[in-house]
Amino acid sequence: MSNRVIICEASEIIAIGLAEIIDGMAQFDVVARLDSPEHLSEKITATDANLLILDPMLLGFHSKDFLSQLGKEHPNMVIIALVSSYLDHSMLTPFGGVIEINDTKSKVISKMNEFAQSEATKNTDDVELSKRETDVLVAVAKGMMNKEIADQMNISIHTVISHRKNITRKTGIKSVSGLTVYALLNNLIDEKDLI
Amino acid sequence: MPKKKTPFSKDTKFAELLTADRRLLQLLSRFGIGLGFGDRNVAQVCQMNQVNTDLFLMICEIYSDSSFTPGQTELGQIDMSDLLSYLKASHQYYLNERFPHIEEHLQRIIEACGKKYGPMLSHFYDEYKQEVMRHIQYYEEEVVFPYIEALLHGQRTNSYKIDEFEHNHTNIQDVLDDMMNILLKYLPGDILPKERIEISYDIMELSDDLNRHSLIEERILIPCVESLENALP
Repeated sequence: MSNRVIICEASEIIAIGLAEIIDGMAQFDVVARLDSPEHLSEKITATDANLLILDPMLLGFHSKDFLSQLGKEHPNMVIIALVSSYLDHSMLTPFGGVIEINDTKSKVISKMNEFAQSEATKNTDDVELSKRETDVLVAVAKGMMNKEIADQMNISIHTVISHRKNITRKTGIKSVSGLTVYALLNNLIDEKDLI
Repeated sequence: MPKKKTPFSKDTKFAELLTADRRLLQLLSRFGIGLGFGDRNVAQVCQMNQVNTDLFLMICEIYSDSSFTPGQTELGQIDMSDLLSYLKASHQYYLNERFPHIEEHLQRIIEACGKKYGPMLSHFYDEYKQEVMRHIQYYEEEVVFPYIEALLHGQRTNSYKIDEFEHNHTNIQDVLDDMMNILLKYLPGDILPKERIEISYDIMELSDDLNRHSLIEERILIPCVESLENALP
């Protein structure tokens, strides 16, 4: 099935350019372009979009609240930051991925494919952890950092973060120590695995 | 004046305040307000107990309406040492009353879990408790509050500024939520179900209380300290 993309970006030049690249890809359609996050949620519902590319600068002060609300309303959607200037790292953590303004066309294409894949593992009705998510959970429970997990599993750090978000959504558990208890209770790891 | 915006005033009967929102009951011991206040109003009861009425009402507002944000003029009336005493009393309430209470219940559950799950549950709780202690005792009580007290005496230290304040209560709440999930969803159903339901009530209440506590720090403490910082040369 093809991916439905919404681009939310104030600069028309950037938005049209990005839409051009994405529309050129076989499995992607840009279903809407917005210049502000107003009515974004309704637009997502109306178009049934599954990927949102958004300039974090449009969100201003309350970006975290806004994103977590949006994530709750549209749990199936991956939200990608479109970054055109230096942003503090903490501003980008709520996002499922990042496209930078000076990424090359081929880089954008490969990133989009990766985002779509991380999206494919998502399924709202699915409360069971997928194989990949279970692997990530075990690694987290053993105390590994996102970067180490990404290296070991040969995936990007954004994919790790997106897996972790799904794990939290499915289990309801947010803290590392809580996830460790969860993994032990479900016999995913053994007491001996812990230091 | 629209009634919803300021439900409590100095003339409200004190007892009415408590029945309007039962969470406000928790505030009494922290302010050192005793029972037996009869039909007196808020201002009278506060005066009797040497409590700053403006601060008391402001904190009541935050407890009963999480969107409440005091304005600059209201903040200007706040006495910082009263606010600090309140925050310290809250810390004591969490550390000496709420946590030990939850711990007592939890201990029984840990014992009932036996060798298989007991140690990890105990480890989970210990780690959590250390984090709470670190934030409340070692950070707020030993770094932040002394810094503010020095500011009140007109001294500025170069080592710290309030904009570095760690908003760490979110972590503390996250782990409490995790504990709820583990107790309700994931521990085998036959291990002390009644005890687990009881402790869940306590955890929800504490989580809610901590949430208000961090709102008080964010919306009253931090802006007040910022104006103290700005007032110093």
